[in-house]
Amino acid sequence: MSITYIDAIRAAQQKALADDPRVFIYGQDVGVFGGAFKATKNLAREFPGRVIDAPLSEDAIVGIAIGAAIEGARPIVEMQFADFSTCGFNQIVNHAATLYYRTGVPCPIVVRLPSGGTPGGGPFHSQSMEAIYAHYPGLVVLTPATVEDAYSMLLAAVELDDPVIFCEHKFLYYHLKADGLPTEAMPIGKARIARPGRDATIVTYGAMVHEALAAATELVDDGYEIEVVDLRSVKPLDTDTVLASVARTGRLLCVSEAWPWGGVCSEVIARVVAEGFGLLDAPPQRLNAKDTPVPYHPALWGTHRPTASTVADAARHLLEI
Amino acid sequence: MSEVVEEGRKLSGKKEWLKAFQIMLRARVLEEKLAALYRGGKIKGGVFLGRGQEALSVSVGIHLRKGDIFAPLIRDQAGRMAFGDTILDTLRTYLGSSLGSMRGRDGNIHRGRPREGYYAMISHLGAMIPVVAGGLLARRFRGETDVVGATCIGDGGTSTGAFHEGLNAAAVEKLPLVVVVANNQYAYSTPNSRQFACADLVDRAVGYGVTGHKVDGTDLAACMSVVGGAIEAARKGGGPQLVVADLLRLVGHGEHDDASYVDPALREKPVGRDCLKVAEALLIDHGLATAEEIEAWRREAEEEVDSTAARVLREPDPDPAEEDWRAVSTPEIEDSYCV
Ligand SMILES: Cc1ncc(C[n+]2csc(CCOP(=O)(O)OP(=O)(O)O)c2C)c(N)n1
Ligand SMILES: [Mg+2]
Repeated sequence: MSITYIDAIRAAQQKALADDPRVFIYGQDVGVFGGAFKATKNLAREFPGRVIDAPLSEDAIVGIAIGAAIEGARPIVEMQFADFSTCGFNQIVNHAATLYYRTGVPCPIVVRLPSGGTPGGGPFHSQSMEAIYAHYPGLVVLTPATVEDAYSMLLAAVELDDPVIFCEHKFLYYHLKADGLPTEAMPIGKARIARPGRDATIVTYGAMVHEALAAATELVDDGYEIEVVDLRSVKPLDTDTVLASVARTGRLLCVSEAWPWGGVCSEVIARVVAEGFGLLDAPPQRLNAKDTPVPYHPALWGTHRPTASTVADAARHLLEI
Repeated sequence: MSEVVEEGRKLSGKKEWLKAFQIMLRARVLEEKLAALYRGGKIKGGVFLGRGQEALSVSVGIHLRKGDIFAPLIRDQAGRMAFGDTILDTLRTYLGSSLGSMRGRDGNIHRGRPREGYYAMISHLGAMIPVVAGGLLARRFRGETDVVGATCIGDGGTSTGAFHEGLNAAAVEKLPLVVVVANNQYAYSTPNSRQFACADLVDRAVGYGVTGHKVDGTDLAACMSVVGGAIEAARKGGGPQLVVADLLRLVGHGEHDDASYVDPALREKPVGRDCLKVAEALLIDHGLATAEEIEAWRREAEEEVDSTAARVLREPDPDPAEEDWRAVSTPEIEDSYCV
């Protein structure tokens, strides 16, 4: 049986609804329609009254989830696109994120963000918002790159008592496939060595893991063995696994589809430089999307974001320093 | 109904119907082409059409003048064309031509020319209402009177915070803003019963302290008169106007969507009529056109659309190597480190 990334997200929500009566799903078109990307297909029928169509009101959607969480529910919110979460931003960053610190009452909500670019998505259906949310104390920010992680991390997110921003990548939805669903999982906050190597470390997450793996394959022909670290979770960020990898390779390239300023790459590099300066044989490098809105035309988009070939070029540059 | 509204309604006479119909027809033909290009894999991303909403949309664009502000939304091809947008620029934007107004940077319905009062929507629904209000405020600062700003939105978009905040603020400032709600019964798959609980969206006008207007969105004559009246009332100093038109989205949310969730009974009701057919009958009944003439106009529009599409398909794609990757207008303060 072959399972896609979006199937895994659906299966995780089905399991969460089945296992825990406190769970409900709230978002636009998530009911009988099954959501814009079919992440909740058939769930409204299987769990009557627990998969609820919301009005076009992100601010209210998140606010309602927070209120329900205070009263003991475990809401999963679906944003139609990550980009529209800005309309619920206030409730996420000022309310969900601060509740535990201010009152001692945790806020166990999951906000699913269909994230990242696809050809033709344009400026408002393509954004990667993990850095923005990670900036706020009180939020957990997850960025699954595999079918297995999409499943197990979403289940872990629902179980977690803290608010989770679940950045699922649209580019992986349909084309990433696995043979089955995992029965065990790495804990949240642990990074994964997606490919072992010795000459340089590429730290990345989300869809860029696959670009980095393709780049690493390309660099085998140049005689290099590249290690790829999949962060899985950008907050908490597994500094130990990153440092251990850099200790092996001496060289670090960080890759992210998000914008460069104040991003996950800058955070990883800051930590490695502070904690592992002596491990580095070359200045750490980063590769991000360009510092403009995400363009509509596929030709511009393909250059705006990092790809296997630009990752390989950046890695070659790093290896030659 | 106020006197200004009455007067405005008289202004939009029969001869305007003909002009409006021709724009509706061209918009319809153009959108049929966009659907075909999408099916043929020529358009990347979504295609969102306004089939069934042309009568309402054209009535907005046609009553605006040069110097007014128009912020159309998803299903406003007809209104855009009435306000001066072209078949050529529409195709260029959908096909991402580097020669289009958006230069491949943004696409489809996200197009405009703000310097010409034609604002380019962002996707986030509701967002254009306060922005048009702000445009009108600036015009007031400059001492411009006789200006109107119009923007359109769907039933779903009325549930946003931005809709509420924007309309309320415009009402406080008594700005000449016209908000036209295309109540097409669905927001993507979500029916009105899951969207709002008031009996009629137009009832909200009272709550905001603005004038409300109700119209049958499938009826060109009614749309021309009611929307025309609302725009005239705003122009004459009557403050914000909220027009709510009932109609049905006769296509999927986008061309990827078969809209199987739409209640088939709605298609049989007056609200499910095709406004283009209703308008055709109107013209023929009033002796303004014959069926043969209308058929000839359609063929003309098809030829123009086909030849324009063929031309645009040969135009250069934007070249990433030539692209100016700069998001701030002031080159000196650009954070070039990030590029
Ligand atoms: C703030 C926001 N949330 C979600 C969306 C995604 N979205 C795009 S169109 C749409 C439905 C819009 O319905 P409506 O306002 O009734 O307009 P219609 O499509 O029916 O013309 C949704 C949910 C969006 N564009 N903006
Ligand atoms: Mg609607």
